[in-house]
Amino acid sequence: MVTEYLIDAKGLHKHFKKVKAVDGVDFALEKGEYVALLGPNGAGKTTLVEMIEGIRTPDQGQILVRGRSLNEDKSALYGLLGISFQETRFLEKITVLETVRLFASFYKQPDEKIGKVIHLVGLEDKKDAYTKNLSGGQRQRLALGISLLNDPEILILDEPTTGLDPSARREIWDILLKLKKNMGTSLILTTHYMEEATHLCDRIIIMDKGRFLAEGSLSSLISRMNIPDVALFTVEGTIPDDLVLKQDGPDIQWDRAKGKGRCEMKNVASDMPLLFTFLENHNLRLVDFEHTKPTLDDVFLSMTGRRLSEETE
Amino acid sequence: MKRNELWQLIIIHFKELLREPGVLFWGIGFPILMAWGLGIAFTGEKETKKDIAIVNFGEQNKLSRFLTDHAVMDEDGRYLLTINDPVFGKNIFRFEPLDSLDATLGVKRGIYQLMMDNKGDSTVYYLDPANPEARLLQLQLATLIGERHEDDTFSGANTITLDVKGTRYIDFLVPGLIAMNIMMACMWGMSWTIIERRKGNMLRRMIVTPVRRQNILLGLMTARVTMNFVEAALLILFAWIYFDIEIQGSLAALIMVFVAGNIAFTGIAVITSSRTSNTEVGNGIINFVNMPMMILSGIFFSYHNFPEWSIPFIQNLPLTLLADSMRSIINEGAGVAAVLDKTLIMSLIGFVTFGLGLKMFKWY
Repeated sequence: MVTEYLIDAKGLHKHFKKVKAVDGVDFALEKGEYVALLGPNGAGKTTLVEMIEGIRTPDQGQILVRGRSLNEDKSALYGLLGISFQETRFLEKITVLETVRLFASFYKQPDEKIGKVIHLVGLEDKKDAYTKNLSGGQRQRLALGISLLNDPEILILDEPTTGLDPSARREIWDILLKLKKNMGTSLILTTHYMEEATHLCDRIIIMDKGRFLAEGSLSSLISRMNIPDVALFTVEGTIPDDLVLKQDGPDIQWDRAKGKGRCEMKNVASDMPLLFTFLENHNLRLVDFEHTKPTLDDVFLSMTGRRLSEETE
Repeated sequence: MKRNELWQLIIIHFKELLREPGVLFWGIGFPILMAWGLGIAFTGEKETKKDIAIVNFGEQNKLSRFLTDHAVMDEDGRYLLTINDPVFGKNIFRFEPLDSLDATLGVKRGIYQLMMDNKGDSTVYYLDPANPEARLLQLQLATLIGERHEDDTFSGANTITLDVKGTRYIDFLVPGLIAMNIMMACMWGMSWTIIERRKGNMLRRMIVTPVRRQNILLGLMTARVTMNFVEAALLILFAWIYFDIEIQGSLAALIMVFVAGNIAFTGIAVITSSRTSNTEVGNGIINFVNMPMMILSGIFFSYHNFPEWSIPFIQNLPLTLLADSMRSIINEGAGVAAVLDKTLIMSLIGFVTFGLGLKMFKWY
């Protein structure tokens, strides 16, 4: 069976002077799918979504939305899409309610919809506040609310939580997860927050220097890169070097200076018992133990030699 | 090396300025260009020409005799009196014999700042003492001509206040102020707003919806023009109550001119703000459009003082067209037919600039 994609983009290229912002990218979005474009600043995420939004024209390649070219009927396209930019400065002395009402008129939505959207993004208390008096999180929720006015099939959010505190970020995540569950909306999300991509999206595309480095679910990306889980532990006393070197099974390292042990486990089910057996056999009593699973940062590191977190800080 | 914080702050601001060529041009280049242009145009002339309307000329009165004896008649029948003064330079006073109707009309239009006549055998100035230009001219005539010719025709003359409606300085001023207000309101109210919204991504946010793009501009224009109408109506009402200014001409003509003026300036506002998202550059471009008209179009002082070669150009500037048509309706009693040509030119300017502006308009 041939999958019908909501968005089907092939061979996209976009250059700005000498910089290849997007360099030969194919992208498809299925119905109900949440996809994250993850990458450091300047990776080409925003340029790619702007081409999908019809704001920028690709130098090469074509984009079909529901099988139709972007240039055919932009007005119909914008009826399908809900878009939120990295930053929009709304009219300062216009209230939340008035702003939503204005955009509702663009989508020919009835007044009831305005109240629903304000409720959905949790801005009822602020509906009579001027937009200039909103916090960063409230402003992003307003932007999100506006992008939901037309019950979009496809939501495109460009770094919707950048600069927000963790609780404001979580509020936006909750709204997005509710949408997925209740409305079957599809989402393209650009972000440089790994936990955001992991928490929200079915598929993660790692982008760097205008190209897709890898894509898939978090677990498939990790297994594809063969990145081990890590156990960090401390014991009473210390572990002699010769003991560590002699042992068979998982790779155990002991940092004498810090008094900490580290064990990389390619197969947790078999390697974890071997670690405990090793400690028991040598009468080493565990004081502290922590098991960490690989993150997207580890995936990015293994692909580029750079840490994603370093690039975006 | 420890760096001084104030010095670093100053350097950073300078670098920021120098790295924005638009700001440099509009902040430094444009004022110099303006000074150069205006300087070349208006200070190159070593002589000033002043026009004075003379009524009852030739009726064997003192003023007529003086002019016939001392002045030279030019091909247009005006009497030219040239005074070279070490301080004031070369002054050419042009006395134009007219009947009182034409003389009054000339004063209303700002062609003449004052009229002269005789009462008995003494000369009389008719002027509005509130008009600084008229008072200056009277002083020049009295001192320069009187002293040079040792004659009291000008220095010993009486002054009668010109109080016919439409000839007062306030009559000249109010229509000009309404016209200027329309220009300023469109240029700052529309151009600036568009640039600000482009800068804040608001225009871009709007167009990624099914909204019709022209409606975004039409909405802004309609709100602006409505406000302009209210402002103009209140100004006219105030002028009527406080200064006893009446609309002597057709109200329909006034509305027509008002609409055409708004079409012209909203079009100019759209083209002015069609590209930039930098407010400092926008500020420069808006001034580039506004300032020449503010100076040339005769809002506060008559443009007839500018060199003759520049008058046809000045008369076709949108602000001059608007101010002149408003003055002719309010002060001279003009009707629709009299202002039709100016109305059409203003509308044309508006449609052309709006069309071009929309074509080159950057939404983000």
